[in-house]
Amino acid sequence: MVTSITSFGRSGLYDWMVQRVTAVILACYTVFMIGYLAFGAELTYDMWTELFQCTAMRIFTLLTLLSFAAHVWIGMWSVSTDYIKPTGMRFVFQSVTGLLTFVYVAWGIQILWGI
Amino acid sequence: MLVSVYRYNPETDDAPYMQDIHIDIPGGKDIMVLDLLQLLKDKDPSMAYRRSCREGVCGSDGMNMNGVNGLACITPLSAVVKDDKLVLRPLPGLPVIRDLVVDMGQFYKAYEKIKPFLINDTPPPAIERLQSPEDRAELDGLYECILCACCSTACPSFWWNPDKFIGPSGLLQAYRFLADSRDTATRERLADLDDPFSVFRCHGIMNCVAVCPKGLNPTKAIGKIRNMLLSQAT
Ligand code: SF4
Ligand code: SF4
Ligand code: FES
Repeated sequence: MVTSITSFGRSGLYDWMVQRVTAVILACYTVFMIGYLAFGAELTYDMWTELFQCTAMRIFTLLTLLSFAAHVWIGMWSVSTDYIKPTGMRFVFQSVTGLLTFVYVAWGIQILWGI
Repeated sequence: MLVSVYRYNPETDDAPYMQDIHIDIPGGKDIMVLDLLQLLKDKDPSMAYRRSCREGVCGSDGMNMNGVNGLACITPLSAVVKDDKLVLRPLPGLPVIRDLVVDMGQFYKAYEKIKPFLINDTPPPAIERLQSPEDRAELDGLYECILCACCSTACPSFWWNPDKFIGPSGLLQAYRFLADSRDTATRERLADLDDPFSVFRCHGIMNCVAVCPKGLNPTKAIGKIRNMLLSQAT
C-alpha cells in the first residue's frame, strides 16, 4: 500500500472510477453541445440565453463543470507524480492546478447563474 | 555485421559509451544473440552480461536488442538485426552495474511487496492442499513467469515510479495468488493494492504484453485485479 495524501480520493479504485464516470459526463456534454450547435436551428442570442436559463441545462452544465474539475485534478495529479520528481516543485504544480481549477469552477458558477 | 554494445565499467569509465564492433558470424548462421555475445566476449573478456540456462528458462539474460526487450538466448539474430546492425543495451530504467548487467533490486522489491507465496490460515491437511483441475487451470498464463523483468522495464509507468507502481511482472504474480483457490488472503492482498499507484498506474499501454518472451499477458491480469477490486467495493 502506497500512501498519498494529495490524490483525489486516496483510494486508487475510487480515483479510477471517478475518472471514468466524469469522462462519460464530459463526453455527453460535448456530444450534446455539438448536436445543439450543428443540428439545431440557426443560433440567436435569445435561443442561447433561453437554453442556459433552463434549470435542467444549468444542472447539466454544473455537473459537467464539477466533473471537469475532478477529471483535471486526477489527470494532472497523475502527470505530476510521473514527471515531476522534486517534491517542492510537484507541490507547487499541484497547488497551481488546484487553485486554477477552483477559479474556473467558481467563475463558471457565476456565469451560469448570472444569465 | 555491426554490433553496437553499451559499455560501462564504473571502476574505469566516467560515463557509459557505445562500443562499435564489426564481427563476422561463422558460417553466416542465424545464431542467437546470446551466442553472439559469447563471440564478443571471446574477443574481449571484459564484456559483462548475465546468463545461465541459455534456453529461455532462468530469465537472466533479459536485455534491450535494437530497442526491444527480450531474452538474448532465445532471440535469433534474424528476429532483431536490421540493416546488418544490432544495438545491445541493458534493460531500460534500472541502474546499470556494469555493461549489460543491471541492478534488479527495485524489480525484486516490487515482487516482494505482493507476497509471492501461498497464504492459507486453515490447518494444513496431512499430505497436500488439493485443487480441482478447473481451479488449477486458472493459474495457466500466470505461473509461467520467469521474472526476467523484460516487461516491467518496458513499461513507462514503471520507469517513472519503480518504487510505487508494482509493474506488470509483480502484478501478474499478484493475480497468480489472487486467483489461487488455495489462498485465503484475497481480501488482505486486494487491500494492499488499492492505492493510486500499485495497480492504477497501469495505463494499458501494453508494452509488457508485446515483449514478454513467455507470451504472457500482464495487462489482462491487471484488468482482472481491477475487476476484483471493483466487485469487492461496489
Ligand atoms: S499495460 Fe500497464 S503494466 Fe503493461 S506496459 Fe502498459 S502501463 Fe505497464
Ligand atoms: S511476465 Fe513475461 S516479461 Fe514479465 S517477468 Fe514474467 S516472463 Fe518476463
Ligand atoms: S540464459 Fe536463461 S533465460 Fe536466457
